[in-house]
Amino acid sequence: MPDTATRRAGQSVFDRLEPLLPRVQKPIQYVGGELGAVTKQWDETTVRWALMYPDAYEVGQPNQGVQILYEVLNEQPDVLAERTYSVWPDLEALLREHGVPQFTVDAHRPVGDFDLLGVSFATELGYTNLLTALDLAGIPLHAADRDDSHPIVLAGGHAAFNPEPIADFLDAAVLGDGEEAVLEITDIVRDFKAEGCPGGRDELLLRLARTESVYVPRFYDVEYLPDGRIQRIVPNRPDVPFRVHKRTTMDLDAWPYPKQPLVPLAETVHERYAVEIFRGCTRGCRFCQAGMITRPVRERSITTIGDMVEHGLKESGFNEVGLLSLSSADHSEIGEITHGLADRYQGSNVSLSLPSTRVDAFNVELAEELARNGRRTGLTFAPEGGSERIRKVINKMVTEEDLIRTVVTAYSGGWRQVKLYFMCGLPTETDEDVLQIARLAHEVITTGRETTGSKDIRCTVSIGGFVPKPHTPFQWAAMADPETIDRRLKALRDAINSNRSLGRAIGYRYHDGRPSHIEGLLSRGDRRVGRVIEHVWRDGGRFDGWSEHFSYDRWVAACDAELPPLGVSLAWYTTRERQQAEVLPWDHLDSGLDPDWLWADWQDALSEVELDDCRWTPCFDCGVCPAMDTEIQIGPTGRKLLPLTPVNS
Amino acid sequence: MQKIRVRYAKRGRLAFTSHRDFARALERAMRRAAVPIAYSSGFSPHPKISYASAAPTGVASEAEYFEVGLQSEVDPDWLRGALDAALPPGLDVLEAVEARGSDFAERITGSSWRILLPGVSDSTAAAAVEAFLAADEVSVERMTKSGRRTMDARSPVVRLAVTERADPAGAVPGEVGNTTPSPAAGGADGPCAILDLVVRHVTPSVRPDDVLAGLHAVAELAPPVPPKVTRLAQGTLTGHGEITDPLVVGGADRAVSGTPST
Repeated sequence: MPDTATRRAGQSVFDRLEPLLPRVQKPIQYVGGELGAVTKQWDETTVRWALMYPDAYEVGQPNQGVQILYEVLNEQPDVLAERTYSVWPDLEALLREHGVPQFTVDAHRPVGDFDLLGVSFATELGYTNLLTALDLAGIPLHAADRDDSHPIVLAGGHAAFNPEPIADFLDAAVLGDGEEAVLEITDIVRDFKAEGCPGGRDELLLRLARTESVYVPRFYDVEYLPDGRIQRIVPNRPDVPFRVHKRTTMDLDAWPYPKQPLVPLAETVHERYAVEIFRGCTRGCRFCQAGMITRPVRERSITTIGDMVEHGLKESGFNEVGLLSLSSADHSEIGEITHGLADRYQGSNVSLSLPSTRVDAFNVELAEELARNGRRTGLTFAPEGGSERIRKVINKMVTEEDLIRTVVTAYSGGWRQVKLYFMCGLPTETDEDVLQIARLAHEVITTGRETTGSKDIRCTVSIGGFVPKPHTPFQWAAMADPETIDRRLKALRDAINSNRSLGRAIGYRYHDGRPSHIEGLLSRGDRRVGRVIEHVWRDGGRFDGWSEHFSYDRWVAACDAELPPLGVSLAWYTTRERQQAEVLPWDHLDSGLDPDWLWADWQDALSEVELDDCRWTPCFDCGVCPAMDTEIQIGPTGRKLLPLTPVNS
Repeated sequence: MQKIRVRYAKRGRLAFTSHRDFARALERAMRRAAVPIAYSSGFSPHPKISYASAAPTGVASEAEYFEVGLQSEVDPDWLRGALDAALPPGLDVLEAVEARGSDFAERITGSSWRILLPGVSDSTAAAAVEAFLAADEVSVERMTKSGRRTMDARSPVVRLAVTERADPAGAVPGEVGNTTPSPAAGGADGPCAILDLVVRHVTPSVRPDDVLAGLHAVAELAPPVPPKVTRLAQGTLTGHGEITDPLVVGGADRAVSGTPST
């Protein structure tokens, strides 16, 4: 983005942005100034990070990862971290028309002036938004075209475990937990700048790559076989590791972030103080990438959680607390935590929530404890698969009896509305597996009516499309094509409504299979998919995670234009099953999981063999702990939450 | 139940705070400051806060008002300081007094506004103002939730005049940074007419952007960049076109803004 006048690095562009704001929707999302936001002088800092969540402010602002890194970095006296989010198309057009660059919301500095641009990808559907931000920032889209004046563009988040589709646009990617990684990268950049940047951008990237935990795509060449599969991925220079390893932050009590939560003025999707009660999950659900790549389980202690909630509420003024994790009911002291917090905040307007979807009666007990202060709005359970058979395939160990008993316990406990979450398109799935969901839902309502004697109970069946993810046992699986998914979803709707009395008590929510299909392309894509992403972006693709912006036809057209000349296709990436010998695009990126164990688990899935959780059974050798030199960190600690001293009496 | 009336300002970049945004921020600030706020009874209790008419999103203000009900008595000065500290800079709590006298809404019948027109010369603005004031009625259109509607922007206008520039940027005292119009925007170095506007509150309300639409209608006044608007005062509109402080009760009402319209 050309500047009309000469200006200092890091100078605010707010004077040029402000006249544009009355012309856009919800301008408050672009002005910053939130409680908890940090402002620092540009010239008094040496390493400067722009942190981006590549979606609209209302989605990105509450993101825990960005908030934690923002705080960790700004605690360093000589480090400046500011945040930037995707601008909506109305402002994008105005920024282009008036030559205003992508800016940070904190001090409205041009993103292109920072040393590093760190982008957190929770989902692959944010890739086109990365390109918009780079382009608006005046940063060349292709990393190869950047020079010493441009920021290092660095990806993190779960999607960074296979960054190959955006490898051409990235300088680097970090796998795993970010708290310590960003500090280590900061140290390298600080030293490099202090030495006068010897060797320029290439040398800095080399120093990052040598840590063996920062992946620099340009230092690796991908070679292909005549049939389109990858032959090998190898470093193209000495001194660069063959495999790049994920980062794991141990001892969450030593990292009690966020301490000073950012409190938005604009309305956002989650307005609450969120505390991670543990990280990692070893339930072993085979579709779940998060559960595979965040191992091992590391619990935060009950007392740290209590302190964080107390402090976080005081600092933010939020009246809602979320106890987050991948399966919150599994914390070794969850009973004591919920009981203690419910006691502490009884009679106040603070509401507590536990986004757990575990299907058992204990989960209902926890929900009852947390609902002491508030309403019994609704409970969500995630059996994920409709038939007993498919639940064995995905390793979701819930029997039909468990499910019915749990839901009926909830109805008896006063909940009138229960949401059941399932997936469609799972490996080995048949029409019959999906139709079983209708039978389950009917059974839930019938038993619920018998037990409560009331007709005033409802359940909602919510269906998501399955997307095979890298670093999971399903990474080799073929996706079902969108037509099959849509046919099954339609048949399921008919089956639910086949009994009108029961059907009336059942809500049905689903999306068509097409966005998941594109997510499947991006999840398991290799570097060749980068051309498709750029094609879609140049064709106007933005905000692909939003159904009103997503265009399946645009993606298909881009695939048809870019992939056949390379000997591959959309179907080749999505509906094709991979064999054990195939080199996968992320094989050089080490999540700690032993590839042989993943393959064995995939074979177990096909044989409908279940696997237990290593927290309660002996280690089953997934490989993570020895490879990463980590261990399970769980309680119980035996400690309790004491009552708080009231502030106001 | 103690009731306290509060005046606050919306300044600088936080002028883009909408009324809903402010209401959420205030409720959080009440909790941060541990204000013993009263709640309505019932299934989902709401804090007892009522607002006077709020300035539009994007418009700065030195004179926004709300009234809050409390469970136990507090010193209004403590409340002012505590809330100010608990809100982000730019949402500044200026005054707090015990609620006395007539109903708050009845006491607020008019507003005075300052409108900065970067890129517009005083003479151009003065000609448009003259044409506007000379008209008996100035129809303008506005998009509302219920569709396009036409209203008369002229009749509620008690006063409209081009003001002498006291300071080049026309800044309001206490504004935080980032607000000076840049040279590129036709600001400090270029022409920048300043309008003073006093409007009677009517239903539907006539706001500064309606008056600007009226200036466009009568004289094709078209500012090259969006005008910057600040509400300077709200209160009871006197027969002389003055606005009295709504927080002051009794015979000694003091004028806070406006000059007699002769």
